Amino acid sequence: MTIHAMNSNLSVPEQPAQRILECEKVNVFYGDYRAVTDVNMAFGQNEITALIGPSGCGKSTLLRSLNRMNDLIDGARTEGLVTLHGENLYDKEVDPIAVRRRIGMVFQKPNPFPKSIYDNIAYGPRVLGMKPSSMDDLVEETLTRAALWDEVKDKLKQSAFGLSGGQQQRLCIARTIAVQPEIILMDEPCSALDPIATSRIEDLMRELREDYTIVIVTHNMQQAARVADRTAFFTALQDETTGNRTGVLVEYDKTTKIFEDPSDQRTEDYISGRFG
Amino acid sequence: MAFSNMSLGGQIQKASLKGRVRGSESSAKSITFLILLWLGLLIAFSVLLVLIVTTLLDGYTRLDARIFTNYPSANPEKAGLRPAILGSLWVIGTVAVLTIPLGVAAALHLEEFANKHNRFNRFIELNVQNLAAVPSIVYGLLALGTLTLIGVKEKNIVLGGAVALSMLVLPVIVISTREALRAVPMEIRQGSLALGATPLQTAFRQTLPSAVPGIATGSILALSRALGEAAPLLVLGALVFVRFDPNGLLSGYTTMPIQIFNWTSRPQPEFHVLAAAASIVLLAILIAMNAVAIIIRNRYQRRW
Repeated sequence: MTIHAMNSNLSVPEQPAQRILECEKVNVFYGDYRAVTDVNMAFGQNEITALIGPSGCGKSTLLRSLNRMNDLIDGARTEGLVTLHGENLYDKEVDPIAVRRRIGMVFQKPNPFPKSIYDNIAYGPRVLGMKPSSMDDLVEETLTRAALWDEVKDKLKQSAFGLSGGQQQRLCIARTIAVQPEIILMDEPCSALDPIATSRIEDLMRELREDYTIVIVTHNMQQAARVADRTAFFTALQDETTGNRTGVLVEYDKTTKIFEDPSDQRTEDYISGRFG
Repeated sequence: MAFSNMSLGGQIQKASLKGRVRGSESSAKSITFLILLWLGLLIAFSVLLVLIVTTLLDGYTRLDARIFTNYPSANPEKAGLRPAILGSLWVIGTVAVLTIPLGVAAALHLEEFANKHNRFNRFIELNVQNLAAVPSIVYGLLALGTLTLIGVKEKNIVLGGAVALSMLVLPVIVISTREALRAVPMEIRQGSLALGATPLQTAFRQTLPSAVPGIATGSILALSRALGEAAPLLVLGALVFVRFDPNGLLSGYTTMPIQIFNWTSRPQPEFHVLAAAASIVLLAILIAMNAVAIIIRNRYQRRW
């Protein structure tokens, strides 16, 4: 089986025109264990970048290091530079809370707050002290942007737990864009959803790309091929002396190149289903 | 491979599926075990049943309006539980006000903010568990000593009793609040933090509100334990013969368990009937509190 990049977006430049977020020699450790080794890559503004690779290749770990969510895990440590507009996120004077306000995150399992649909959206702007002229308008705009307004406009005061899984995940995306981040990180956002809900999220991602930069981790290669402008393939390398496995970036290129003409044999093996 | 002589399944088998499987639910071993389990339940349940039935039989004749309206008296026909009921309410109310904010705050710190690898924090954690197992009379003695040390002469006041019972209840509230907080899924905290909320905002706006039903249940159960305590209050010299309504934190008081204790130690059999009637009132209040706790738990319990 071969997968063809379906967005066939020939306008994607060879290199990101605007590098919004860059990784330079990024290493992530959990205690003594090195989960990700020496990742160098740049994310283009208003592009969708997919991180793919077999389980345990460190792609989710790398994603979480991009908005300092890894800081919340005991013993996690990031070395190297992650820069947003040239500013190091791990600088001593940078507050991780400020980082997360600029770089939002959507998780694998939809995790709406145990509140009403309205309050799920309003929570972010409220805690960030944003003073919109009208919270009602902000909620409506945000839900419209996330293609959820028509489905929920009559039940804004009802619990978000009453929504379907796909709707919950779109609510989580809406909640993220309500605080107007620059970048949205998505950690396998469709892995708990059925194909129809998945396709709606993918449509949404393509629309959001106009205003946001999106980085998505996915196990679904077809998904990467469908939505991503660029794709990075990661794999796990085993250290011959210690036996430890660590994630490395194998190949990072335009999605069309990765899926149609990969330059590394390991990438080709993975996307053609021979490995992983 | 030398599989030739072994049958590893996969062949057509002619044997019937009927009959018992060894170790299945209908085997002798399983049935014996099940009987033992039922027996254990039966013993526990029958003790409770005997207790309730005998108390009811002993006390129902005296369970009338007098017990709620009258003050204690040397004449068992006129004696009532009124000041003891009010005293219990005063003491438990004060305990609730003292312990719930303190216990919830301590639990929130231990669960959400304290570094769990820090030795000092682990020492505290371990000792909160130990404190919950300390006999209540020890807390009575501690309260007695403390009140003496700070120069309080009249120790048989509502506040003194409440302090002793608070020490008894606090570790239980801390433990049950921690459990309620732990039951809030990590994803909720992560979702909040990923939006740029601070850990403090996350704790107060997401984690704590989600844990409120669990905290309420645990607190009510802890308070109902304190309601039945007599020992620490007796150590503090709580009055056993009160002919006035307690009217403040510094007022003298008696509580239901103390009144029951007093009546059972009298020689006249009429007072024993009165004690049984008072026990019924106390049991009814305890059962009502536990019922409220169960209702809260079932009604607001979230299935994540």
